[in-house]
Amino acid sequence: MPLELFTTGEPIADTKAPTDVPIGERWSERRFRGRLVNPANRRKMTIIVVGTGLAGGSAAATLGEAGYKVTSFWYQDSPRRAHSVAAQGGINAAKNYRNDGDSVHRLFYDTVKGGDFRSRENNVHRLAEVSVNIIDQCVAQGVPFAREYGGLLDNRSFGGTQVSRTFYARGQTGQQLLYGAYQALERQIAAGNVEQHARTEMLDLIVVDGRARGIVARDLVTGEISTHFADAVVLATGGYGNVFYLSTNAMGSNATAIWRAHKRGAYFANPCYTQIHPTCIPVKGDYQSKLTLMSESLRNDGRVWVPKERGDDRDPREIPEDERDYYLERIYPSFGNLVPRDIASRQAKNVCDEGRGVGPGGLGVYLDFAEAIERLGRPAVEAKYGNLFDMYAQITGEDPYTVPMRIYPAVHYTMGGLWVDYDLQSSIPGMFVIGEANFSDHGANRLGASALMQGLADGYFVLPATITEYLADGPFEKIDDAHPAAAEALQGVQDQVQKLLTINGTRTPASFHRELGKLMWDLCGMERSEEGLRKALDRIPEIRQEFWTNVKVSGDWHSFNQTLELAGRVADFIELAELMCVDALHRRESCGGHFRAESQTPEGEALRDDDNFAYVAAWEWTPEGQPPVLHQEALEYEYVHLAQRSYK
Amino acid sequence: MTLTQDGAHSSVDAPAQKRGMNLTLRIWRQKDPSVKGKMVTYKVTDISPDMSFLEMLDVLNEQLIMQGDDPVAFDHDCREGICGMCGVMINGEAHGPQQTTTCQLHMRSFKDGDKIDIEPWRASPFPVIKDLAVDRRAFDRIIQAGGYISVPTGTAPEAHATPVPKKDSDAAFDAATCIGCGACVAACPNASSMLFTAAKVTHLGLLPQGQPERDDRVVNMIAQQDLEGFGGCTNIGECSHACPKGISMETISRLNHDLLGALRAGARPKS
Amino acid sequence: MAKTNSVFKKAVMAVSGIIMVLYLIAHVVGNLKAFSGREAFNSYSGWIRTVGNPAVPGETTLWIIRIVLLVAVVAHVWAAVSLWRQAKRARPEGYVTKKSAAQSYASRTMRWGGVIVLAFIIFHILDLTLGTVNAEGFDSTPYDRLVASFSNPVVTAFYAISVILLGMHLRHGIWSATQTLGQSNRRRETTVNLFALGFATVLTLGFLLVPFSVLFNIID
Ligand SMILES: Cc1cc2nc3c(=O)[nH]c(=O)nc-3n(C[C@H](O)[C@H](O)[C@H](O)COP(=O)(O)OP(=O)(O)OC[C@H]3O[C@@H](n4cnc5c(N)ncnc54)[C@H](O)[C@@H]3O)c2cc1C
Ligand code: HEM
Ligand code: HEM
Ligand code: SF4
Ligand code: F3S
Ligand code: FES
Repeated sequence: MPLELFTTGEPIADTKAPTDVPIGERWSERRFRGRLVNPANRRKMTIIVVGTGLAGGSAAATLGEAGYKVTSFWYQDSPRRAHSVAAQGGINAAKNYRNDGDSVHRLFYDTVKGGDFRSRENNVHRLAEVSVNIIDQCVAQGVPFAREYGGLLDNRSFGGTQVSRTFYARGQTGQQLLYGAYQALERQIAAGNVEQHARTEMLDLIVVDGRARGIVARDLVTGEISTHFADAVVLATGGYGNVFYLSTNAMGSNATAIWRAHKRGAYFANPCYTQIHPTCIPVKGDYQSKLTLMSESLRNDGRVWVPKERGDDRDPREIPEDERDYYLERIYPSFGNLVPRDIASRQAKNVCDEGRGVGPGGLGVYLDFAEAIERLGRPAVEAKYGNLFDMYAQITGEDPYTVPMRIYPAVHYTMGGLWVDYDLQSSIPGMFVIGEANFSDHGANRLGASALMQGLADGYFVLPATITEYLADGPFEKIDDAHPAAAEALQGVQDQVQKLLTINGTRTPASFHRELGKLMWDLCGMERSEEGLRKALDRIPEIRQEFWTNVKVSGDWHSFNQTLELAGRVADFIELAELMCVDALHRRESCGGHFRAESQTPEGEALRDDDNFAYVAAWEWTPEGQPPVLHQEALEYEYVHLAQRSYK
Repeated sequence: MTLTQDGAHSSVDAPAQKRGMNLTLRIWRQKDPSVKGKMVTYKVTDISPDMSFLEMLDVLNEQLIMQGDDPVAFDHDCREGICGMCGVMINGEAHGPQQTTTCQLHMRSFKDGDKIDIEPWRASPFPVIKDLAVDRRAFDRIIQAGGYISVPTGTAPEAHATPVPKKDSDAAFDAATCIGCGACVAACPNASSMLFTAAKVTHLGLLPQGQPERDDRVVNMIAQQDLEGFGGCTNIGECSHACPKGISMETISRLNHDLLGALRAGARPKS
Repeated sequence: MAKTNSVFKKAVMAVSGIIMVLYLIAHVVGNLKAFSGREAFNSYSGWIRTVGNPAVPGETTLWIIRIVLLVAVVAHVWAAVSLWRQAKRARPEGYVTKKSAAQSYASRTMRWGGVIVLAFIIFHILDLTLGTVNAEGFDSTPYDRLVASFSNPVVTAFYAISVILLGMHLRHGIWSATQTLGQSNRRRETTVNLFALGFATVLTLGFLLVPFSVLFNIID
């Protein structure tokens, strides 16, 4: 590996999980060994929680209930709008209500395997244990999960498993779970236990004597930039999929909070692990601002195909059967249209690269229900997929009952994130990271319905239990704006904002975002190669350079200025993109969502290299111009045996 | 695409490959809550029918930024109809001519040459922040007044301990789909938030878990809604027609029923 | 707060509205006595003043009815006005463009319709009960006053317009009252609507019958 791209530092390890007891006892043992904070002291402790998604919302509510003084931040107008609201499919839990052989151990096993053996066993086991409590908690809060006629909870099955363990609320599971957490949070706000900062964006972390002690944030309405202090800081700011510009993430989803914390010393783990979802509505034109996910369940009945001939632009209904290529059924005769997400995505890309893609720009494949409608009848198809078909028709203006749907993969989730130990504490003491913002539980690939599980596990159960160990040493010395570290952070943020406004160049922030996104999609997307990544690494610094000399941001910073918000986020995406490419380049193996062209089986499947890469890559930021430092955390598998995935 | 503001300078740079639509937009511009706003006319050209309404505004804004003008502020986030962040009055209709969210409205609902008036939600509890963006925190305060079930983390019984009839749980779900967008308030001639409040009262009131706090919930939420300065509901029904999630008027009847019952049973608001 | 919240006001409106409706049912039946001729109508008018005698003295029953009605009208108008003002405060700045998708004509005219109906009631009492504005004067018999009024096409037209507005008010009002009192649901929706429509139509026609019969000399 060429030295200039990164240097290798000391290995790191998680020291918090009590590995001297069997895996099933580690979580309770950890809670037992951890110190507690007595209720009288809790009132004296403040905790900043940034983010109100499933992770942040549930954490703030739970910590507030426990008696800490919590200060909560989010960038939307209401906590109810965090992007968790958009999750459709469901949430896993090892309840075994179906009596189909599910258990904590099986959920643990499936998740480690689904993550392509790049996650930590201890964390995943705890996640599986806690999953059952989540369902109890949410039901008690009034989350209207789907039920059967007998009044008991219904389950469905989801990709990558053989049991039915997914709890759902029609196609709006994330929304309903989030509203449960949101309502619990509002209750704590009303009770005076949580102080709220709506429409406020975290722009820096304040580190004092090696401890995270506060944040710098900008009130997006008044523009005021101010400092906030606490005994501990929790980041729950979601994923960074918007590096790719087009993704299924919300427009405001950003990497700013975690990236700036990274620049303050928090290690960033596995940045290159991104998940690309195979069934999204394809791009229509340059103006496109975001991509919409269509539930994966569509692949149960829809058949995926493209024309055999490249450039065949006939109406799909006029293309005869023998001129169609049902490529998934052809390549994977036993799994057919139901191969896992990463494989379905990659094959769609392959046929489009061959010039056989359909629709505008040739970036799309057909998902055809003609056969299903004939076999099951239209009413049955309507009953199963009506909502999704309506959504498709609303967005595309086409009727999927008569014309085959067009779908294309899209960036959906980021498995990478800030490095945390078993206690969910980052490499900066006092800063904890939960939800999609951390790297913890999904390895190189996340199974469907397990992000919601992780977010709520972290927020309701894990963090509130582990943070006490840290807080037991508090409350810490009081600090204020006068402290040099605080003043420096505040000044830094003000300078940056001011700089963005004074460049007054000729390109909008959105145009940089689009350019960066396209580059990342092409070169660090579904398939990555040495050559492509090097090209990206040449180009990204140029984009950054141009951004800082030629961006145009109108208005001022002491008022509501959405262009300025975007500019700050794009600046961070550019830097993060570079680290993602370095990580992708250094990991010369394919695993989960990370597919390196150089590392595949003769059949074109992902090929792991366990001897050299069975580790977490935790990256340390170094001052401008210096290459990042790689710290490796070795992954050991005591309970699940390493094996190659196969879906033929 | 070219643009003119107030007809100040007309499209000069258009080697017009006129595929798309040309539209005249009249948009409410208001710098901040302290100043008076007004409608300002813009022209956009070559708008694709496949664009979403917000993408059309994006195009306008990119141009405004390049001209050194202030882009139009509007709220949005998920752009897939679920977060409830977006929402403007389009030609006098909340979220525009279709029963969906503004982000899911597509330009194929309009035709070449249309004039489109775009205004923010108007209600005194929803003060304008800037242009089309309003502050809807009043909704959160209504939830704070009782829109929850008090169940501290870790105290929940086993989920299957209380079966819920499917009929009730489905109806609770229907009400729970409210995304808090505020279109109901915007559309209601009384600027009443009744449909929003009723959706939550119905969601929680239909579930066994919601029973212990049912009386207090409805009394307190209504008291808060009045305190925030929303209008009273006189059963006009505009709200339900504008609601992108189709929350039904039945929820309001249910709220009324619960409230009158609660008052009779002696429940009184906290504050 | 509890007593004056917006739903409480609505309940007051619904209950007072229903009381007024009950009176109107009795009233329309009474009016139809006009078809039985002068004697029958006047004696009905006399009966209502003496009903319950001698158990209760004089016009007690009539006054009880009057007081209940007065309270109902005042309560109804108070609630309506206060909700109206609340709505004005809730939206001080209107829309430049506003369309309505759901509002029926009936629901849109509740407020101004109500005001006109109230004006009508005042005129009507001055006209037929007190006779102050009646051509026959206050010492005539009710039947004479009735005939005098409705022989004048202008008065008849005013009655007709008011009664039609009242019909519309009730068409929406009855549905609205079931909603306000928490009695409507999806299952009952059609029934309630049909009932409200049918009831309002019958009542309106019932009231219109007498004035037009006088105008066209069917009653004289
Ligand atoms: C379309 C879609 C469908 C999905 N479906 C499923 C599914 O079916 N099952 C499943 O398990 N997972 C699903 N996922 C993944 C899952 O929804 C997310 O991983 C999860 O909800 C993330 O939750 P979170 O709490 O970590 O972050 P988020 O919900 O993204 O919340 C982030 C919070 O941080 C705040 N924030 C962000 N940046 C800042 C900042 N700089 N300053 C202040 N505040 C900030 C935001 O305001 C927000 O409150 C889906 C994801 C998408 C996009
Ligand atoms: C159009 C048809 C109507 C006719 C022919 C009619 C006739 C009369 C007559 C004759 C009286 C006097 C009775 C008496 O003094 O003994 C009367 C009284 C009254 N009418 Fe009507 N009326 C009509 C419609 C209405 C309507 C629509 C209302 C209400 C909305 C109404 C409300 C009253 C009231 C409140 C009184 C006074 C009762 C009292 O206190 O004595 N009337 N009406
Ligand atoms: C000044 C006079 C009046 C005004 C301003 C008035 C106004 C209103 C208003 C605003 C409503 C609520 C509309 C709605 O719920 O959509 C209403 C309802 C109603 N009105 Fe009137 N009204 C008046 C007189 C009357 C009269 C004279 C009657 C009956 C004879 C009446 C019967 C009703 C009924 C039954 C309702 C339904 C109650 C409800 O909505 O819950 N009103 N009125
Ligand atoms: S009830 Fe409907 S219109 Fe009102 S806030 Fe909820 S979703 Fe929006
Ligand atoms: S439109 Fe308004 S009056 Fe009531 S029924 Fe809806 S809130
Ligand atoms: S932007 Fe989320 S609902 Fe429209």
